[in-house]
Amino acid sequence: MLVEAGHFALALALGLSLIQFIVPLWGARANDPVLMAVAPAGALAVLACIAFSFVALTFAYLNSDFSVLNVVQNSHSAKPLIYKISGVWGNHEGSMLLWVLILALFGGVVALARDSVPMRLQANTLAVQAAITIAFLLFILTTSNPFTRVLPAPMEGQDLNPLLQDPGLAIHPPLLYIGYVGFSISFAFACAALIDGRIDAVWARIVRPWTLGAWAFLTLGIAMGSYWAYYELGWGGWWFWDPVENASLMPWLAGTALVHSTVVMEKRDALKVWTILLAILTFSLSLLGTFLVRSGVLTSVHSFAVDPERGTFILGILILFIGGSLTLFAWRAPMLKQGGLFAPVSREGALVLNNLFLATACATVFIGTLYPLALEVLTGEKISVGAPFFNFTFLPLIVPLLLLLPLGQTLAWKRGNFLGTAQRLYAVFGVAILASLAMLAFQHGGPVAAPLGIGLGIYLVLGSLNEIVTRSWSRGTPLSVAWRKARGLPRSTWGAAIAHAGVGLTVIGIAATAWGVETIGSVRPGERLSAGDYEVRLERVIPRVEANYRDDVAILTVFGSGRELGTIETMKRLYVTRGMPTTEAGIMTVGLGQVYASIGEVQADGSIGMRLYYKPLVLLIWIGSLVMAAGGGLSLTDRRLRIAAPARAKAVPPSAVPAE
Amino acid sequence: MTRKQRRLSLIGVAGCVLAVALGLVLYAMNDTIVFFNSPADIQAKNVQPGTRIRLGGLVKEGSVQRGSDQQITFEVMDAQAAIQVSYKGLLPDLFREGQGIVAEGVLESPRVFRADSVLAKHDENYMPREVADTLKKQGHWMGEANAAPKTQ
Repeated sequence: MLVEAGHFALALALGLSLIQFIVPLWGARANDPVLMAVAPAGALAVLACIAFSFVALTFAYLNSDFSVLNVVQNSHSAKPLIYKISGVWGNHEGSMLLWVLILALFGGVVALARDSVPMRLQANTLAVQAAITIAFLLFILTTSNPFTRVLPAPMEGQDLNPLLQDPGLAIHPPLLYIGYVGFSISFAFACAALIDGRIDAVWARIVRPWTLGAWAFLTLGIAMGSYWAYYELGWGGWWFWDPVENASLMPWLAGTALVHSTVVMEKRDALKVWTILLAILTFSLSLLGTFLVRSGVLTSVHSFAVDPERGTFILGILILFIGGSLTLFAWRAPMLKQGGLFAPVSREGALVLNNLFLATACATVFIGTLYPLALEVLTGEKISVGAPFFNFTFLPLIVPLLLLLPLGQTLAWKRGNFLGTAQRLYAVFGVAILASLAMLAFQHGGPVAAPLGIGLGIYLVLGSLNEIVTRSWSRGTPLSVAWRKARGLPRSTWGAAIAHAGVGLTVIGIAATAWGVETIGSVRPGERLSAGDYEVRLERVIPRVEANYRDDVAILTVFGSGRELGTIETMKRLYVTRGMPTTEAGIMTVGLGQVYASIGEVQADGSIGMRLYYKPLVLLIWIGSLVMAAGGGLSLTDRRLRIAAPARAKAVPPSAVPAE
Repeated sequence: MTRKQRRLSLIGVAGCVLAVALGLVLYAMNDTIVFFNSPADIQAKNVQPGTRIRLGGLVKEGSVQRGSDQQITFEVMDAQAAIQVSYKGLLPDLFREGQGIVAEGVLESPRVFRADSVLAKHDENYMPREVADTLKKQGHWMGEANAAPKTQ
């Protein structure tokens, strides 16, 4: 019953979304507050329906209800509880349901933020949001229904794809979707502004926290996915320039540009048209990512099922929303008034450069990702565009951006002084260059680019902190005063500095991969294999049986420079239901680096193939991303206070009354 | 600076960055792109030794030979031709005889291919798309349902 109720709630949500789409749009046009007020109510009702539907599916998974096709195909009664829950979105239908759930969740939050968003803007925004919900609900109900029954119900399910039976599945997709779908709010706000034909700094101030929040989640989602691939796939790589990864990188690049351009708009009332366009493009790229991953045009661990009908449907949604919003843009954008002036050398100018480089880098990733698809459709020729292409095109565009970053952060608004700014950074330059030279002098082999990369990372970290220091301390200021001043700086300043320092940490981590060591060999129990200064000894291989898989566990003792550091386990795992083997890597973290071992098959002579890596500073790649997201989050707390400010002023008198 | 001059300078800078990016993309397209070939394609297109390609096909039954120190050779075939592949390293978990794989590496001679990466599928029911297309074209496709009874 609950399953049917879930299905019905989804259909009900579709009907309510239609109301949420049409009525407020009309209300905003007729300036009727009653009709406009339908928008928040509708958004909350849609959220309730979709949430109920999601809970119904989750219950089917928890109870291992094998009369539901989706549960049969992706679950098993012996599966651990966490994978029964995360298995809900570990398949095509369920993950699309999660997608609309998050979409509705954002709609609900906008509906609740009624004090901070002007009514007209809110009505139009929620109407656009409802249009997206309608499209995806139709998609789910017609092509990807998670509630389809199967008769007779099988006794046992087919289990979840073993690669997905990992805590990563519980974390990575929700984070990534919150990021992807979060940009739909910026998109809806942009379309609402275009429908209304009006846009100003207030708009930017309202939109910025949404964009920043979505960006922070997308950053976490991508970083989490990268770490998951790193330890699960057993190749020790953390970024493969795989089209599916690029599909998430493109909205991230555009979203990063958007976060920066809304700053200009908020502070200086400039770059309006560009910001609107960027908001549209960012969500369009999120939709494109959904299409690439969900339609089956790409083959990867993410494409659960290949069904041409689904691909065509999502392509239709893609064309409708991208085409529609761009048409709206072309029609309405000329009506928007241009804002503040600024000199080329200024904070605004630097942020324009930032947008230029990010947008161009995004375009090269776009070309590299879609060119093979286009070529295959047009000529039938199959090609692959891999890491060499992206390293060659993407890096030359990102490195100048990173070099400019601390400079831009230090420049004054409106009109800056380049020489003065450079002087404030000379100490940072000096330290970074010294660090590069020291690395160059001491490194044994390895490419020249690596020490330069380390230097760049140090320059970014120190340059970001320099901003805080120079704003709170000058020669002769006592430290206690400087500390108080630094604490008094706006949280957005701290947030920006921290996020930029995070970029520096990630750059250091990436540069240090050049000194990674990889060894492949065969070992027998008691024998050793070494990678750089690290060595492992295979102690023994023991079998182990768990609920839904069997392991052959290789126990390894790790030595660092001859000293024993501890043991790690790496295993060959066989998932019984699907008969599918996987490799689980054994990882030991040493400082910020990792010793990483994975085993292959048992050879004819009884030895085991083993791959051993030592990866110095590799954790910095993900720590840097976490720091970036934390910076975004910190900045968000600042903004939220500011947005609530007018509402709080209004709320003061009534709250004073009951206090008595 | 007037508004017009500012706009011109902005367009100039944007044009420069875009031109550099375009140049990089075009250059990289020439140099870094890898074509996908089946064993039959290599003969039909007369692919020159030394070319970097992606090779896709089925692993021939009984052809896998494991040498010492993780050196492995096997044959990759399609309906019309087969080619010997040598690879040093750990094979993916789902690498098996009779199943589809994609290998990337360098063609050493018309009959020998040296792979530096071997990819199998991520999922039990799944055949690399390129391999499936090749087999379809050659009329030897039995459908995914036959290849694996548990279709998803």
